Amino acid sequence: MTTTDPKAFIPDEGIALDEFEPNLVGRYKLDKVFAYASWVATITGLVVLAFLLISTFADGLPRLGSSFLTSFPSRNAERAGIASALAGTVWLLLITAAFAFPIGVGTGIYLQEFATDSWFAKILEVNISNLAAVPSIIYGLLGLMVFVRMLEPITGGRSVLAGGLTLALLILPVIIVATRETLKAIPDSLRIAGMALGSTRWQVVRDHVLPLALPGILTGTILGLSRAIGETAPLIVIGAQTFVPFLPTGLQSSFSALPIQIFNWTSRPQEAFHANAAAASIVLLGVLLSMNAVAIYLRNRFQRDR
Amino acid sequence: MTDSYLPPEHSSANLWQPNREASKRSQAIVKFIFGSFAVLSIFTTLGIVATLIFETIKFFSQVSLVQFLFDNQWTPLFSQPRYGIFVLISATFLTSLIALLVAVPLGLLAAVCLSEYAPRNVRAWLKPALEILAGVPTVVFGFFALLIVTPILRTFIPGLQTFNGLSAGLILGIALLPTIASLSEDAIFAVPQDLRQGSYALGATKRETVTDVVLPAALSGIVAAIILGVARAVGETMIVTLAAGQNPTLTLDPRVPIQTMTSFIVQVAKGDVPVGTLKYDTLFAVGMTLFVITLLLNILSFWFVRKFQEKYE
Repeated sequence: MTTTDPKAFIPDEGIALDEFEPNLVGRYKLDKVFAYASWVATITGLVVLAFLLISTFADGLPRLGSSFLTSFPSRNAERAGIASALAGTVWLLLITAAFAFPIGVGTGIYLQEFATDSWFAKILEVNISNLAAVPSIIYGLLGLMVFVRMLEPITGGRSVLAGGLTLALLILPVIIVATRETLKAIPDSLRIAGMALGSTRWQVVRDHVLPLALPGILTGTILGLSRAIGETAPLIVIGAQTFVPFLPTGLQSSFSALPIQIFNWTSRPQEAFHANAAAASIVLLGVLLSMNAVAIYLRNRFQRDR
Repeated sequence: MTDSYLPPEHSSANLWQPNREASKRSQAIVKFIFGSFAVLSIFTTLGIVATLIFETIKFFSQVSLVQFLFDNQWTPLFSQPRYGIFVLISATFLTSLIALLVAVPLGLLAAVCLSEYAPRNVRAWLKPALEILAGVPTVVFGFFALLIVTPILRTFIPGLQTFNGLSAGLILGIALLPTIASLSEDAIFAVPQDLRQGSYALGATKRETVTDVVLPAALSGIVAAIILGVARAVGETMIVTLAAGQNPTLTLDPRVPIQTMTSFIVQVAKGDVPVGTLKYDTLFAVGMTLFVITLLLNILSFWFVRKFQEKYE
């Protein structure tokens, strides 16, 4: 390497090279500040999460016993429990899954495997991403109009079936998008090989693509379902009850749910009910976090396999 | 393994006849069923729009649009009802603004931290932890805001009432943080490594590379994430219902009780309103306003992504 006179590169005599001041010390200092700020921001979210969990547990754990899980709501905070709310949440979960899973996965398969690049598929795609951004309370208004009022002979009005159907519509976009993303990640060579052996598209999808995509689809479905059972607003709008002293007896039964019960207890002025709300929150968080843990475990296993 | 491909002498392999007609028929049936499932999502949209329009028209046959947009009071449950939607919009605006002041800087910095600063093994723990935050139901956040955060804030903020926009907005911001962080992180992660290396080669420090090269390159995705965050803040219900109160006031004071559009819907729906009354129609008129606002935000986000997305090959 031969060194050349740096001045040779400067056309204008007026600019002197030594005026350039890289100020590395100051810039590196700013770098450090920025890096710390980014760590602080990330950790802030987690600190709030930890604080939320700790304070909820501190408030609710003393109330959490087997009688809390098996008693019905009561005017007396000490004797009140979440039996009907927990049962309602389980019913909602099953009904929502029964409708949202087949319809969501079916739509995802249709869009990704059968109807790619048609005008119909494009409209559907825009429509689904719009639906995903509609606030959940609007789905409540839809459920109130369609499932509670128009389909009252079938759903029985403000019933657990109407609630489950509303939640199913709410999480359909989540399941459809998850199904499509998973199917997109399956290599095309598999489909081409299947069709080269004389299979129809559906046979390839059923026998080769779906088995590989199943963990991803299940992950998306579980995340969607955990969103559904944490939802409160649409259930309030379609008319879930806060005081249900019995377990749901059938699809047309009126119902309560854990989030509804938490909302009700939190909005009461008496402190004793606040402890109940905290205890019910622990149960709800336990259910949701274990569902999320299953989903994350499935996803990680699926990613490692490929 | 190879001998398994040779059929035994008594095999009936040569008798196998593909039943193409049956295969094609079953494919057509499946395609029809799945296609009609897909149509259901279009019916959902149509159902939402039809429901809202139907009841909103009934509402506006009794209340003038001018009053709805320009009155400065919202008292539909009083004997002398007034319908100034702007009162509810101002509350929604206030809580969303506070939430975004929390969620945008924290979410963006967290996204930068996850994609640029955190070592791989730390990131593998941080991301699921933030996902847990995203999985906390909003009613639990509402409980937290009303019964834990507000009492703490009241110890050092004079004049803060039991129900207030501040605590609702702050916790709403925490609830939005994971959404904004994870969507922005996707956008930042998609910026090609060449750009960063080019920036380093020109002598930029890491911070300069992030703020002057990577973030501008990911701008369309980041803005889309923020707009979606705004849409979620506007539509969020339980945190504001529990922590901000049920008191429709035209104010931007974060210390007093206010009522957002969503908490009005909850307040009315909770009280078993008879069908066909004006109160019932009010529910849908407010829902319509909320739907239009979130739809506009959504369109804005699509437009922004399409217009400003950078393509790298």
